[in-house]
Amino acid sequence: MSPMARTAPVPAATDPAIIRNFCIIAHIDHGKSTLADRMLQFTGVVKPRDMKAQYLDRMDIERERGITIKSQAVRMPWELDGTSYALNMIDTPGHVDFTYEVSRSLAACEGAILLVDAAQGIEAQTLANLYLAMENNLTIIPVLNKIDLPAAQPEKYAAELANLIGGDPEDVLRVSGKTGVGVEELLDKIVRDLPAPVGDANAPARAMIFDSVYDTYRGVVTYVRVVDGMLHPRERIQMMSTKATHELLEIGVSSPEPTPSKGLGVGEVGYLITGVKDVRQSKVGDTVTNQAKPAAKSLSGYADAKPMVFSGLYPLDGTDYPVLRDALEKLMLNDAALIYEPETSAALGFGFRVGFLGLLHLEITRERLEREYNLDLISTAPNVEYEVTLEDKKVVHVTNPSEYPVGKVAEVREPMVSATILAPNEFVGAIMELCQSRRGVMGGMDYLSEDRVEIRYRLPLAEIVFDFFDILKSKTRGYGSLDWKADGEQVADLVKVDIMLQGEQVDAFSAITHREKAYAYGVMMTTKLRELIPRQQFEVPIQAAIGSRIIARESIRAIRKDVLAKCYGGDITRKRKLLEKQKEGKKRMKMVGRVEVPQEAFIAALTTDESKDKAKK
Amino acid sequence: MEDTLPSVLPLGDPAPVDGLLPPQVLDGVGSRKFGLYVHIPFCAVRCGYCDFNTYTATELGGGASQAAYASTAVSEVEFASRALNASGLPHRPLSTVFFGGGTPTLLPAEDLARILGAAVGQWGLEPGAEVTTEANPDSVTRESLQLLADAGFTRVSFGMQSAVPHVLKVLDRTHTPSRVPLVVQWARDAGLAVSLDLIYGTPGESMADWRTSLETALSYEPDHISAYALIVEDGTKLAAQIRRGEVPQIDDDDHAAKYELADQLISEAGLDWYEVSNWSRSPEQACRHNLAYWRGDDWWGIGPGAHSHVGGVRWWNVKHPAAYANRLGEGVSPAAGRETLDAGTREVERIMLEARLGSGLEVDALDKVGRHAVAGLIADALVEPAAAFQGRLVLTLKGRLLADAVVRRILPD
Repeated sequence: MSPMARTAPVPAATDPAIIRNFCIIAHIDHGKSTLADRMLQFTGVVKPRDMKAQYLDRMDIERERGITIKSQAVRMPWELDGTSYALNMIDTPGHVDFTYEVSRSLAACEGAILLVDAAQGIEAQTLANLYLAMENNLTIIPVLNKIDLPAAQPEKYAAELANLIGGDPEDVLRVSGKTGVGVEELLDKIVRDLPAPVGDANAPARAMIFDSVYDTYRGVVTYVRVVDGMLHPRERIQMMSTKATHELLEIGVSSPEPTPSKGLGVGEVGYLITGVKDVRQSKVGDTVTNQAKPAAKSLSGYADAKPMVFSGLYPLDGTDYPVLRDALEKLMLNDAALIYEPETSAALGFGFRVGFLGLLHLEITRERLEREYNLDLISTAPNVEYEVTLEDKKVVHVTNPSEYPVGKVAEVREPMVSATILAPNEFVGAIMELCQSRRGVMGGMDYLSEDRVEIRYRLPLAEIVFDFFDILKSKTRGYGSLDWKADGEQVADLVKVDIMLQGEQVDAFSAITHREKAYAYGVMMTTKLRELIPRQQFEVPIQAAIGSRIIARESIRAIRKDVLAKCYGGDITRKRKLLEKQKEGKKRMKMVGRVEVPQEAFIAALTTDESKDKAKK
Repeated sequence: MEDTLPSVLPLGDPAPVDGLLPPQVLDGVGSRKFGLYVHIPFCAVRCGYCDFNTYTATELGGGASQAAYASTAVSEVEFASRALNASGLPHRPLSTVFFGGGTPTLLPAEDLARILGAAVGQWGLEPGAEVTTEANPDSVTRESLQLLADAGFTRVSFGMQSAVPHVLKVLDRTHTPSRVPLVVQWARDAGLAVSLDLIYGTPGESMADWRTSLETALSYEPDHISAYALIVEDGTKLAAQIRRGEVPQIDDDDHAAKYELADQLISEAGLDWYEVSNWSRSPEQACRHNLAYWRGDDWWGIGPGAHSHVGGVRWWNVKHPAAYANRLGEGVSPAAGRETLDAGTREVERIMLEARLGSGLEVDALDKVGRHAVAGLIADALVEPAAAFQGRLVLTLKGRLLADAVVRRILPD
């Protein structure tokens, strides 16, 4: 067993041979953060009394949901056989929405710990990230976590991991982040098994940005891995994709609090501060070089973040529109993937069409807006981006159903994904049924172990953005896991379904669906609205239509009584206050033609039953 | 029932202990009638649907007891007279007096006569003044009714509620339906005008039950009928029973159908509506005290929890009979709170109240929003077109059922 390092290697003067850069690949709640905490503690960089559970996850929402959104790098000393090593642990996001960020974190490492819950086995997203790691030629250390759990089946899952990545089940380490069992052995194994970084110390500086975070006090903090050369404080650096230059105000390492250093050399991982205020000026995947002595070629793998899912965000109270605009501006500083533009809805007023990497990204963003900026928001049903070609060959990109062209449409193309689903084999039938109903085409199926399968489907993105994952979870009693990546597009028979109240179209409820599903959507929405909209003084027909063709209809009967029979004993005050309250309530109604629709009806109609259940919990 | 008090008081400003009113109440005082409401906060039993400010004999004692109540009420009559004088209001004889409850006739007729006598002593009565008491069919006798008539009462309003035993049972009403024609006859014999109060929409009441109640009430040829939809108030026994599923929910559509039946049968019997829930055999037999509320006249409310209105100032007394008695014992105003209405609020109230009347609301007195709404109200068959062409908004049958919605449409923004 190794002791804590007596002397820690000094940044900017560390031989690459004693550096080990690694990340942890794990599924949400498989215990990555707990294991990371334990490593911080065992290497002595965090004193036990400072230990805050899940130290690395900064945001409240992340801590609550147990999801790491933003990665961070921590430098830890560890001694083995008399030599002090510098271990850089790069924390990676674990969710499919953030695949690109994961890929950049992986590119900063030489090795990865594949961490799997010994009671649950590997999940689809982990598998996806494992593939990414192997593509990056990372050395993989398979580890089973939570072996302290009574339900742990280490033999079964060790065999599964060995089967996946090759090797002997005996080589799979067994640890417990909770009790600390096996963690020191793991640290030793990292030093022994992972290759040291290799780079040219004399070449022009090249460092890859794998994360950038906005900090209210310091501006953007950029996390880099130095590949070649060296970066020093006070020198001018250049971002190779944009050619923008900045002065390097501070450079250092996290251990885990930011600690300034005299620079960062080959193989080192640390942070840069230049005083910029927007994470877009420090893009993940970009290469940082020295302005005075620039590198000729940037590092490979840079790509712009591409939003996949779009939703309209509207303040419940129209006067909050400027607050929402300011809040989005601030969030953008810290989220290079977030894009938005103003949008107006006849039904919902002024708001924004916002593009997200995926549904989780949408949910987290919405939750942050509501929590951190005290906003009440309505979000419209999530949409993908359609490419509509008109008969006159004009091409329109549609991210909002209400922008769907009315003219003659020649062709509509929709984005596709290739999805990987892992589940116990007893659920294969249910999963195939679900995917088939979502217009999926099966790509193949493999057994990971005796009773676990990997099923591959190609599906329209639109079919998985709304409630697919929730249904998958419920059909597999929680065991199914999903990973997807963009996979081109396809021509599809899509139509726009409009919803009308008393003949007036309600833009917020329009949807683009496959022709075969239009009827189901129409029936679902008209039924829902009939229940949600209060009775009016006249009958209100609710219709769903494709163009001018009505495909579903419902109707709200006229209210017959709206009068207080009496005025109690001259208590006019009580009656007047009731009336004033009703009048206030009327002001909060949105008028659709002559129909008064309460805000709550919009929210409820745009909410899936699953997410309502979630809110209740 | 025409005139009963809820148990919950509004929130308002503190009321001064001397009961003095601000000078604004003098504006236009000459055009306003003056009335008196006397609240009798006692019942023999508490009905399951009732959330009025009322107490059974066993719930009260001491100075708040039934025996002492007439003296306490008389002391507020005297207080009222002093406060009105001191506020500079001219002497006005009473146009209407109304005894409500609770069950006023639970007090001995002599007590009611004594309170009325004290009021008449202070203010006098206008010629032809209307003096009403509510009464439970169980709590009057031929003699007590005669005594009331002799004391100056002109009108009695019987809480008949229903003619159907199983409906009365849900309402916890104790009287036997067969007693009603008897007490109506006694009242007539004493020279009193007769009104019958009915309640519709009680859980378990069928349309046939309601028709029976209406036909039975009309067969007694009352001068006046009030028909109120049952409202389930929070905190009542009935609300709890509905919550527990022991009696069925209240249904607004059922209420609407029953109101329509009431209007049809009562009209066919020769009575006309003059307010959403009130019908009278002739305009003269309308309850003038009730109309005074809708028309914004002045009245002083005597008794715990009673509401008063004088020239745009509204106030309400402390709720509990013991606290009420204590205040008056100390010679201070029993008011718990009051509000002074500004011009805008008075206008809102005027529209809200007058819209309910058969005589309707003057279109020209509405603001731009209100006047613009009129065409829509005609289109939706909520107001009588002919009356609207003459410049008055008079609710149709459909409009009466949607009166609150109509008011919301014509109120200033």
